[in-house]
Amino acid sequence: MPAPDAPPAHAIWKLAAIGTLAGAFSGLFGVGGGTIIVPLLIFWFGYGERLATGTSLAAIVLIGLLGALAEGGIYGNVHVGTGLLLSLPAIAGVLLGTAIQQRIPQRAVSYLFALLLVAVALELIIK
Amino acid sequence: MSELAAALICLFGGLTGGLVGVGGGILFVPALTVFIGLSQVEGESTSLLMIVIVALVGSYRQYGYGNVRLREALIVGALSPLGVFAGVELANHIPERVLQLSFAALALFMAVQLVHRARSVP
Repeated sequence: MPAPDAPPAHAIWKLAAIGTLAGAFSGLFGVGGGTIIVPLLIFWFGYGERLATGTSLAAIVLIGLLGALAEGGIYGNVHVGTGLLLSLPAIAGVLLGTAIQQRIPQRAVSYLFALLLVAVALELIIK
Repeated sequence: MSELAAALICLFGGLTGGLVGVGGGILFVPALTVFIGLSQVEGESTSLLMIVIVALVGSYRQYGYGNVRLREALIVGALSPLGVFAGVELANHIPERVLQLSFAALALFMAVQLVHRARSVP
């Protein structure tokens, strides 16, 4: 269950920093905010991997919506039909992914995430 | 045929998103540009739509499992536009290559830390 208590002030500053960093990196490199949100929630707040990834996904919903709003002229650039159609396999994937995640050890999620980070780093170096 | 490849890549993108808590854009964008033939801008914009949908479904499921702190997620998400502006400002003053390599180094550092931490947690 989500914690009912409001986070203390210093925690709010750290969360604000995570949000700002996530926005900056997604703006700079086009990598989603999740790349930065998940590790920082684990390092700075001691979240378990499942809590970190779940909270990250919820934050990404908002980041994506705000990003779309900020782009303003996005309407002409979004291929709605294609996006919705390709969302179907993507939804199947995310349902599968979250289900699998509940059944594997949390540390396995850390290892997978580390692999993802290495891939992101290599992509940035090769660019 | 290329539509099938795009669908498979998007399935894998969603799977990655669900497993490690990212939006999946890292795979959606190439699926849309390389296999569907959208331009980079169209691909990134359309990918944003897909990310919102995938993250919505994923976080709804994770909420059901008790793995979402809504208030914290709200703070992180709400502050992200500030970061976007900061990022643009940064890009105006620091060469792109320096930024890319800095973030690559940070990503590698975090990868090592994650593995180290996972190995030490009982």
